[in-house]
Amino acid sequence: MTTLSSLPRTATAAPVAEPRARFSDLVVSEWIKAWSLRSTWWTLVVSLLVAWGSSFAAAKADYDDIPSYGPGLGSHPAFAVTDSFPMMGWMTVMLSASALGALAIASEYGTGLIRTTTIAVPARGPVVLAKAAVQTVIWSVFGCVAAVGGFVIAQSVLSGRHASTTLGQDHALRALFAAALLAPICALIGLGVGTLIRHSAASVGATAFALLLLPAFFSQTKQWSADINHGFVRTAFERLVQPWDGGFGIGFRATVPGSWTVYLLWPLIAVALAVWAVRKRDV
Amino acid sequence: MDVIEVNELTKRYGDRTAVNGLTFEVKPGQVTGFLGPNGAGKTTTLRLILGLDAPTGGSATVNGLRFADHPRGLRHVGALLDAHHVHGGRSAEAHLWALARSNGIAPRRVGEVLEEVGLTEVARRRVGGFSLGMKQRLGIATALLGDPPVLMFDEPINGMDPEGVLWVRRLFRRLADEGRTVFLSSHLMTEMENTADQLVVIGRGELIAAEPVREFAARSKRLTVLVRTPQAAELTAVLTAAGAEVRPEGSARAEALTVTGLATDRIGALAFDNGVMLHELTTRTASLEEAFMELTADSVEYLAGQSR
Repeated sequence: MTTLSSLPRTATAAPVAEPRARFSDLVVSEWIKAWSLRSTWWTLVVSLLVAWGSSFAAAKADYDDIPSYGPGLGSHPAFAVTDSFPMMGWMTVMLSASALGALAIASEYGTGLIRTTTIAVPARGPVVLAKAAVQTVIWSVFGCVAAVGGFVIAQSVLSGRHASTTLGQDHALRALFAAALLAPICALIGLGVGTLIRHSAASVGATAFALLLLPAFFSQTKQWSADINHGFVRTAFERLVQPWDGGFGIGFRATVPGSWTVYLLWPLIAVALAVWAVRKRDV
Repeated sequence: MDVIEVNELTKRYGDRTAVNGLTFEVKPGQVTGFLGPNGAGKTTTLRLILGLDAPTGGSATVNGLRFADHPRGLRHVGALLDAHHVHGGRSAEAHLWALARSNGIAPRRVGEVLEEVGLTEVARRRVGGFSLGMKQRLGIATALLGDPPVLMFDEPINGMDPEGVLWVRRLFRRLADEGRTVFLSSHLMTEMENTADQLVVIGRGELIAAEPVREFAARSKRLTVLVRTPQAAELTAVLTAAGAEVRPEGSARAEALTVTGLATDRIGALAFDNGVMLHELTTRTASLEEAFMELTADSVEYLAGQSR
């Protein structure tokens, strides 16, 4: 065995010389943790392909069907926006973002790594915030790439029927932002739930249930039920990517400002709860 | 400096008391063994010192400060609580890089500690494929990362091969010789006999002893003498008549006897008087094992069956 390369200490060792504790170091540390797992890579690649594929499929379906639509409806540019961000593809994005967010911390509890982490960094709150920062960056970049790509794919397909739109029209820009932001929002919610539940499978399941299934229990046909329904991220996303403002179908619709508020509050509350919980509990 | 001070430390989980009014001190420059039967509260105590758990009462400080109050810990205390506390999907190198960076430690240091524990060749392999012994080495590398003045290890020998055990003993000795505080928990007495200078012994969450290893070993009341003779039967009769308790060592017809109740000079004289030839006559210092068993007999949490 080799000898320790550090200088020997004496019994009268000086107080520990330590550089200032920087939050940016914690962020880089969590960044290394995220990218050193293969699951991060393939989750992002697969989710991106699913999102883009769903945009292509939705646009292609309209492309094929437009000739059979009525004269007024066939050229409705609303398709061009909704086809860019179809629900099935973006539900997959919600699922993978929330799962990766939840696992970012629940897997540390599952393996016990959280104790190694906490001994290295006794300041627990900043660790959670650093994880939140990393998830936000990764999934914001992912969201932008997925949303812009989905938009371009759908417009390319629909331009063949002269049914495409541009970012300047039909609330397309709003829809693009709503789609891009969906991923980081779900990742932060996952992080919050993962911190509270501390069990990998349970927190992934719980987050998926709350984000994807629970809204379906509350119909939009009654006022009270619609009010609850409008409080979910999934409903907010659906509202924000719809370019039309008038009534379309039945029931109560969520408002645009209300939906942005939902986008803001869920991740904020999730991260706040996470920070509160780690400070309060034994590790 | 660099003293671990535990003062009236108490931790209750619901109605179970894991640690009860524990007070002791661990000093630098020596290896201090932390002993107790399984379930005695050793790990809980280490967790309390490291601020992973909040104490129900009392305090634990390192160098006068609560460890949890440091924003970054690796330069203050290096600790290995459980070798499994890693993510199996990461390489040893990536695991250490992330930890080093969180404390503002240069990545170069990762290569140094991996070399130190002998894991350089597997640095890029996923930790999930490591044996327990290799994970212990990785845990020790983690503890050394910040070159800390205080080191704590919970059962570090578990899963190590004989070569690893020798290496780790030498490492602990050297760390102590460098003036560091080395605190080492184990339920294996023999290990402490070989490694530690000082002992802190607990049972059922309470302090049993805190003293040098030698003094602790001397606590055992049973001093025995080993005698080897080709005339075992004759000597047994002579010694028994003189009031000693004689047991054959190993099988009943062996040439070695364990004698309790007589000192070596008296046994030698009796043998000479009776014309018994001796091949060996040695005082056996009571083993740490015996001292420990005697002292903790009342505080063993889990006894095998009803054997007592």
